[in-house]
Amino acid sequence: MDFGLSQEQQMLRDAVARCLADTCPLEHVRECSERDNPVSDKVLDALQGLGIPGMMIPEEHGGLGMTLLDAALVAEQLAYAVAPVSFLASHVLAPLALSEAGSEDQKVRWLPKIASGEAHISVAISETVEARDGAGVTCRGGKLDGTALFALDFAGADAFLVADTTGRLHLVPANASGLEKIPLTTIDRTRSVGELRFAQVTAEPLADDSGFTAGRLRDAGRILLAADSLGAGQAMIEKAVDYSGQREQFGRLIGSFQAVKHMCAEMAAHHEPCRSLIWYAAYAYEAMPEDVSLAACQAKSHTGDVHRFVARTSTEVHGGMGFTDLVGLHYWFKRIGFDRQVLGGPESARAEAAVLQGWIKAA
Amino acid sequence: MDLDYGPEYDAFRQEMRLFLKLHGHRAPTGQARAARPSAEAVEWQKLLIEHGYTARTIPRDYGGYGSEPDILKSRIIAEEFSRAGIPGGLANQGISMLVPTLLELGTEEQKRQWVEPTLKGEVVWCQGYSEPGAGSDLASLKTSARIESGEFVINGQKIWTSTAKQADMIFCLVRTEHDAPKHGGISYLIFSMDTPGIEVRPLKTMTGHAEFNETFFSEVRVPVGQIVGERGQGWFVANATLGHERGMLGDPDALENRFQALVRLMKEERIGMGRAIDNSVLRDRLGALQAEVAAMKCNGMRILSNSLKGEPGGMAKLIVKLQSCELAHQISALAIDAMGEMGILYSGSARERMRGTWQWNYMFQLGLIIGGGTAQIQKNIIAERGLDMPREPKLPKISGAAKGTADMLRQKQGSA
Ligand SMILES: Cc1cc2nc3c(=O)[nH]c(=O)nc-3n(C[C@H](O)[C@H](O)[C@H](O)COP(=O)(O)OP(=O)(O)OC[C@H]3O[C@@H](n4cnc5c(N)ncnc54)[C@H](O)[C@@H]3O)c2cc1C
Repeated sequence: MDFGLSQEQQMLRDAVARCLADTCPLEHVRECSERDNPVSDKVLDALQGLGIPGMMIPEEHGGLGMTLLDAALVAEQLAYAVAPVSFLASHVLAPLALSEAGSEDQKVRWLPKIASGEAHISVAISETVEARDGAGVTCRGGKLDGTALFALDFAGADAFLVADTTGRLHLVPANASGLEKIPLTTIDRTRSVGELRFAQVTAEPLADDSGFTAGRLRDAGRILLAADSLGAGQAMIEKAVDYSGQREQFGRLIGSFQAVKHMCAEMAAHHEPCRSLIWYAAYAYEAMPEDVSLAACQAKSHTGDVHRFVARTSTEVHGGMGFTDLVGLHYWFKRIGFDRQVLGGPESARAEAAVLQGWIKAA
Repeated sequence: MDLDYGPEYDAFRQEMRLFLKLHGHRAPTGQARAARPSAEAVEWQKLLIEHGYTARTIPRDYGGYGSEPDILKSRIIAEEFSRAGIPGGLANQGISMLVPTLLELGTEEQKRQWVEPTLKGEVVWCQGYSEPGAGSDLASLKTSARIESGEFVINGQKIWTSTAKQADMIFCLVRTEHDAPKHGGISYLIFSMDTPGIEVRPLKTMTGHAEFNETFFSEVRVPVGQIVGERGQGWFVANATLGHERGMLGDPDALENRFQALVRLMKEERIGMGRAIDNSVLRDRLGALQAEVAAMKCNGMRILSNSLKGEPGGMAKLIVKLQSCELAHQISALAIDAMGEMGILYSGSARERMRGTWQWNYMFQLGLIIGGGTAQIQKNIIAERGLDMPREPKLPKISGAAKGTADMLRQKQGSA
């Protein structure tokens, strides 16, 4: 047994980290986050150089055929740099859905283009977790009606992969007639989300009509959101430690106050086990598919709680400075806030875990 | 223990209810976030002063209502505003901090000049205490004032100056006695924000708005008469107002109002077929917060009774800032959780709830956990003053050579 990253995985992680350190300084994040579409072509191009857009796409379709654990490592680095690029839906969930449940024709049509960066598919599966504002999409006679909230990696998508109320996934081109796209603005200006309204929209269903694939996407999405929080939390902890080694009050470094040391130590103590849990969950996605849903719920809910704590505590260590825009700490704070709420907050993920284990019946 | 206020107070309460019924519609509806009160808010403020529902105990000569202090009546007033959901009197830094300070320590002339226009919302103040190098350790502040031909000449920088852009006046701590010990060299000055040599630069915060500013002083000349208290006593003058600020941040009625807003939200917010409040986990957190709000309200009553009897507030008072700010933050946190994915909508997004107020509160209340004395400093105070625990040992003064070595070591560690 070896609970750890392979050498290739470490190299992948380091390569992505270096690439982002070069192309995605905070100043660049600031510029991008002020635009309607935050996606940075510069950073995306650099990631293209590493093959990241195709990382989850099978080799026969032009990708690298990597695993969800690899993707989790990338997600962590993207969040560490608060990189304003599409990734979760466009480069992980959509490729997974098409590879696992797409027809040969769908694969051939989309996967090579996603791998090369020519196409990008947004994913909207929030209503399979919980329906807000009466949202939900129904499919009758091949036509979609209704609303899907929180389509991820929304801006610039060429197509949308949407779950209907039975959990079946449908592929809809962005220019489909009867489809209305409304951008949503969240606290996190480094990622793009939106709402989709369907009025008799012709869609192309994926073959699986059991809801299984949507469940797989939910698992993968939760694991990657947790990994994103992990990277953002890592940055926040490092920043708090750095700051407390520089800032002086009462004639001493604030890091020499036990109160401040304990805040940092507590963050680290809560944070580090999350990394292990996320690795386990991501590994389980391919290696132990029967275990992954529970692990995903745990990773999502636990990381969500831990990193809410990390986000506020790191801000507190920075004093008033943490609350300003000057050090930009809030970019990570908000990224963590986003990760916590999307695809079910901790309460919702824990309720699902209870159902999965038969503790209670599904509501 | 006797919770009956007595017939006189019941009558007072009825009177006030009638007032609110008759005049409540004149209250301003806009956001209380604005630094400069609207014309509507100023009119409402004047009406409240006239009837003694704000500035109640401030002497008539200075523009108040001039009634004897009666804490129970003040309490009833706060309760009734909260109950009716109608904004009470203005609460800004001028009214909450400067006015009490002037009344306590100002000269007759200062009181006559500043209290009334401040109460009426005509003069807006900002607080110039913190500096880039002096936050928790406020007494180490460096902004200096030398005396030159009957004027203080001020140089230096303040930071976190809320509302400096809108303010007419500033109450400001400066170092006037350079060789005095650090707490003994500070003076408390009041001056116009239009004085030449003041530059205000807005400071954007995590909420996306510029709630504060940096304020720069370069050869700012202020007549020597514009000092409150004596030279070198500014620290003690300021401490009088810090107490008022912490009181302002811990208002139990504000907590109750936020909590009620949360209950409304959770009844309206729908998850699938049900309401957020039907979810037993969220409801349990709601119930826990309600009990905490109740505890803080009762705690407030106890503090009130102690001060009626002229007794010190003790532990009940020392914990108010720490607990209230945390509680306010937790109320917003639950609101966000109850909204699920909708909880992160912001900046005027489609489907945003209450114009993003809950997210703004969540972030701003984290700011308030830090501002006005951080949570860690509050805990130090609770431990040392409330629990009489041993104080942090004072560090020996670091010699130049030792500091050099320490810096070198630190740099080495930094590069490793
Ligand atoms: C929302 C908000 C509004 C504000 N409004 C105003 C205003 O209007 N006017 C004004 O003058 N100022 C204002 N301030 C400034 C505020 O008072 C300071 O931010 C606060 O006192 C903390 O100082 P600092 O930011 O320099 O943090 P620091 O003092 O640098 O603190 C950094 C960290 O070190 C910790 N620390 C410091 N000393 C100790 C110690 N002895 N023991 C343990 N831990 C310690 C702190 O708790 C914190 O975690 C405001 C601040 C905020 C956030």
